[in-house]
This record gives sequence, structure tokens and C-alpha cells, in this order.
Amino acid sequence: MSNSYRGSAVVRWVNDRLPIFTFLDHQMRDYPAPRNLNYWWNYGSLALVALVLQIVTGIFLAMHYIGDARFAFDSVEHIMRNVNYGWLLRYLHSNGAALFFLVVYVHIFRGLYYGSYKSPREILWWIGIVIVLAMMATAFMGYVLPWGQMSFWAATVITNLFSAIPLLGQEIVAWLWGGFAVGGPTLTRFYALHYLLPFVIFGLVFLHLWALRTVKSNNPLGIDVRGPQDTVPFHPYYTSKDYFGMGLFLLVLAGFVFYAPNYMGHPDNYIPANPMVTPTHIVPEWYFLPFYAILRAIPDKLGGVIAMAASLLVLFVLPWLDTSRVRSARFRPIYKVIFWFLLADVVLLGYVGSQPAEGIWIHIGRALTAYYFFHFLILTPVVGKIERPRPLPQSIAAVVLKGGKA
Amino acid sequence: MKRIVLAAVAALTLGAPAALASGEGDLAAQSWSFDGIFGQYDRHAMQRGFQVYKEVCAACHALKYVAFRNLADLGFNEEEIKAIAAEYQIADGPDEAGDMFTRPGRPSDQFPAPFANDQAARASNNGALPPNLSLITKARAHGPDYVYALLTGYRDPPADVVLGEGMNYSLAMPGNQIAMPPPLTEGQVTFADGTPATVEQMSRDVVQFLAWSAEPTLEERKNAGIKSMLFLALMTGLLYVSKRRIWSKLH
Repeated sequence: MSNSYRGSAVVRWVNDRLPIFTFLDHQMRDYPAPRNLNYWWNYGSLALVALVLQIVTGIFLAMHYIGDARFAFDSVEHIMRNVNYGWLLRYLHSNGAALFFLVVYVHIFRGLYYGSYKSPREILWWIGIVIVLAMMATAFMGYVLPWGQMSFWAATVITNLFSAIPLLGQEIVAWLWGGFAVGGPTLTRFYALHYLLPFVIFGLVFLHLWALRTVKSNNPLGIDVRGPQDTVPFHPYYTSKDYFGMGLFLLVLAGFVFYAPNYMGHPDNYIPANPMVTPTHIVPEWYFLPFYAILRAIPDKLGGVIAMAASLLVLFVLPWLDTSRVRSARFRPIYKVIFWFLLADVVLLGYVGSQPAEGIWIHIGRALTAYYFFHFLILTPVVGKIERPRPLPQSIAAVVLKGGKA
Repeated sequence: MKRIVLAAVAALTLGAPAALASGEGDLAAQSWSFDGIFGQYDRHAMQRGFQVYKEVCAACHALKYVAFRNLADLGFNEEEIKAIAAEYQIADGPDEAGDMFTRPGRPSDQFPAPFANDQAARASNNGALPPNLSLITKARAHGPDYVYALLTGYRDPPADVVLGEGMNYSLAMPGNQIAMPPPLTEGQVTFADGTPATVEQMSRDVVQFLAWSAEPTLEERKNAGIKSMLFLALMTGLLYVSKRRIWSKLH
């Protein structure tokens, strides 16, 4: 142990007392990653970048924001106008949240395409779903904090969903509100939880990485690593690739922040919250729209809430719904097709969610919702049984070194 | 009954963005100096627009969050700002005797609201609440175009339209009814720079001023944006090169 570590005398002195350098070496340099990971594997590290960005900008915003219904809206304007670079902090935080979801959604669909949820990665997948749920709660409560019209009415609509719970519904809603309507106590507790949850997410990310280190990364071929010839050290190969991806991510984020900072927002949220006036259309942020469409597709309130919850919870049992032993969609001719149908279904659900719940949209929303569950509950198990997968390659190295595209 | 009318007026006012998006209002896209990547505010137009706000809009509409010192953005110098601020009476206090008093404004003061509260504002405006204008171009979809269309969109109602009591016919307003009477008439203000005060000119200028009051950091943001994008593009390029070099050892 002592003096086993290379490096300067200072590094060795520290390492002998607290082996952080040995630890980093184990985690980065010695950690073998499949050599054929493509750019879709960048989105995991991007999500971490986004989370850190949210926490850092959020801490500085919290130094100026006031979590009181009387002052919240004004304090946000104070940040925008009087705090040095307050506009930058706020626009980074609001646009960063939206891009965080975009990155995580790509990460999830990558997992769906390449079968990353299958054995032995079920728990890794589960932790990921819990992270998304925690992100949704955090984003929702964060959206309430500016206390504009959309903040207020989003809080009203979403908290009211809990009233669908039989028997105890009204009591639960009153308990969430801290009163008999959305008001000051609701805002203040949302602020407290909005500050807490990101650190819970951070802990979950640690678990996610722990599970990942245990079962190792999946890869585009979906076959197991057979030996050292199939892998490269995570550092410097994937660190350099992830840094490049981070550069692109920051460019996109900067494009929104500097040139279209309110593009993904809603004008109504620049009107202070007013319990007496309901906006004509209450629309959530775009990253909630598919779930909003599912919620509204069911004519019954409780049924809608159950369907919305089920649309996420079904992912927990996906590892067992998928009866195919082949992971990657590259070798699954039918699954590959239904994967794209699912993606189109979710995107269309998002569009339906942005439209008023009337006329033809109701029917389209119902059809898309039905297809969503049909995909997971019927198609996925059946396709796994009847599909004849293409032959899997011998090894990752065999494919990569043959010059074939990895 | 009065409550219902109030609610309807408020709903019309606040429901504007969504209704506009669905094509109810008439909204032509205008070209603004602050559009685009290099867009900046027009100092002369903003100063004229400020004059329109001060002489016309300010009678009913507040300009919350905007302080006199912020007028430096419009190109006014310190002395001019002090003079402008001093034209206003600001409530202050309590003094040593415990009494509230008014004093001339200072650059650090915000524009005072024309009414003490929403109720007073409604009482003076036939039940309608004149909204705060300092965020109006951000609180409406296509805000600058919307405000311009609203100010220039007053017409005599078509024969088949029955207006509510005290309401006016508007092309831009969803539902085509607006409580605010036409605020601008030709030659209503006299611009110091000799610009003819047509309704269109005053409307364009006041939109410049209101856009600035809603987003005073726009110029700072776009300037920082160019530097940030160039830096990030360069950094990303270098990161790509280093990634290529590192991976080239493998192949």
C-alpha cells in the first residue's frame, strides 16, 4: 500500500493517508469499458453534467429567491434585473432542467433499444426509473417556485390528482397543500423539497453508478464482454469522448440560454399567480406532455391517474415482460421496428398533450395511450417469443477489429 | 353580475396568449431591432417610447420592478435621470415622528404605481384591471407583436357585433372586445426629436420601451452569448481533436 502509488511526493503523501488517487485509478483507469460504445452512451455522463449544473445554479438562485407566496414572483424578477448575472443563473437553471430531461429521455430510449434493462442489469434499470421519478417531482416543484399563473395552476392540477385516491384523497390533498387550497404553505414546502430532492437524486446516481460498476456497461452489440481484448480503459478513452459530448451539450444549452431563453417556457408564467383567474389552457412543460396526454386519455379521474402512474411503473417489470434473451435491437428484426413505433407513439402523445382535450384529440390520445400499453404488455412479450433473432457475433473484438462498424 | 363581468374581462385579458396561438386575434409579425442573434434595442425609439409611457400609459398602468436608475439603459445621463425621478412624488416613511410623507423621487426609486391597489385600479377603470406593463411583452405570446397589434388594432365594430357595456372593438384582442379605450391618437405626444407622432410610430416606440422594461438584460445576454458560443465552439473542437488523437492509438 504505502508508496505503491506513482506520482509526485505530495501525491504519494496524500495517497498513503487517504488513497483517493488509488480510488480514482480503480474507478477510471482500471475500469474496463466495452470498446464499441457509440455516442448514444454519452447521455449517461451528460445527465450527470446536467444534474451538477442544476445544483450549482440552484444554490446560487436560492441565495436570492424568497420562498414566500407574497414575495416569490418579485424575487424572481429581482434575480432577473438586479442580481449580477441573475438572468444567466435563472435561464441556465430553467433551460438546463428541460435539457436534463431531454438527455435522460434519450438515455432511457438508448436502454430500450439496446436492451440495457435485461439481466443482469435489472436493478441498475430500476434505480434509473426511481431517478426519473425523483426528477419529475423536483422539476414539478421547481416550476411552481416562480409563482406565476402556470406555476399556480400546475400546482393546483397536479396536487388535485391525489384527490382521486379513494377514501383518503381529500385529506391527502389538504395535507400536501398545508391548507384548503394551493397557497403560501404549499409554495414554501415545495421550495424546501425542491432544495432537498436534487441531493436525493445525487445519492441515487451514486447507487446507479455502483450498480453499473458491478454489472458493467452494456454495449451496442448487447453481448457480454469476453476478455480484455473487448474493452478499453474508461479513462482516457471514454472520458475524452464524454468531454466532447459535454461540449456539444453546452453549445445547445447556450443556444437556448442566450438566444431563446423563454422558448420552452410559457408566457402565462410571467403573470403573477392569481387564484381567481384560470388560464384558458393549462399546459405542463414539454417534458411532461406525454404523461399529461395519458392522464387525460382516461375519462375517469382515478383511472387517468392510475394510467399515468402505470405508464412509468410498467418500466419496472419490463425486464420480465421482454421474453427475448437477445439484448440489442440490432439483432432483433421485429423488436427494432416496434421500438421506433413506441418512440413515435411517445412523441405523438407529447403533441396531443399540448393540444386542448377536445374533439379529435381525445380519440387520438386514447389510441396512442392504448398503443403505449399494448407495446409493453402484449407486443414486447409476444415479439420476444416469435421473433427469430439474427446470429450474434462471437465477441466485441471480432466485430470491431474486423473493421466493421461497431 | 358585476363579478361575472370582472371575471370575464380578466379572463379575456389573461387568456390572450393561448387564444392568440389558436388564431383568434389578428397578429402580424413585425420586425424589431432587438430580434435575432445580434439584435439590440433602439435608443432613440426607447426614449420616445418612454415618453409615450410617461405621458399616456402611466395614467393607468404600473411599471413595476423598473427603477429610474435603469433609464441609463435608454441613454439618459445621471443628471437627466435625477431630473426625471424628481418629477415623481414617492411615498416614504415613517419619519422620526412616525408619520408617512412624500418626497421627490430619487434614481434608486421604482416607478410609482398609478393606483394604490387593484381595487382602486378597477374602481377607476369600469371594473377592468390595467395590467402592470413591465413584463407585458414576456407575458403574452409574441409579446412585442401583440402589444403593437393591440395599440393599432382599434376599429369601429362591424354591424353584427354587439359590444359589452364600456367595451371597445379590437382586432388583436381575443374575443375582439377590450375594456381599454383607444389610448393613442395622432399627435398625442410631441417628440423632442421631431418624429411625427402617428399612432403606428407611438406604438412601435412604446413597444421598444416595454420590451426593454420586460427584458432589460437582453443586450448583455446577447453580447455574452456571442462570446460564450465562440468559446464553447472552440473548446468543443479541441475536445474533439483530443478525443480523435486518443482513440487513434486503438486503431
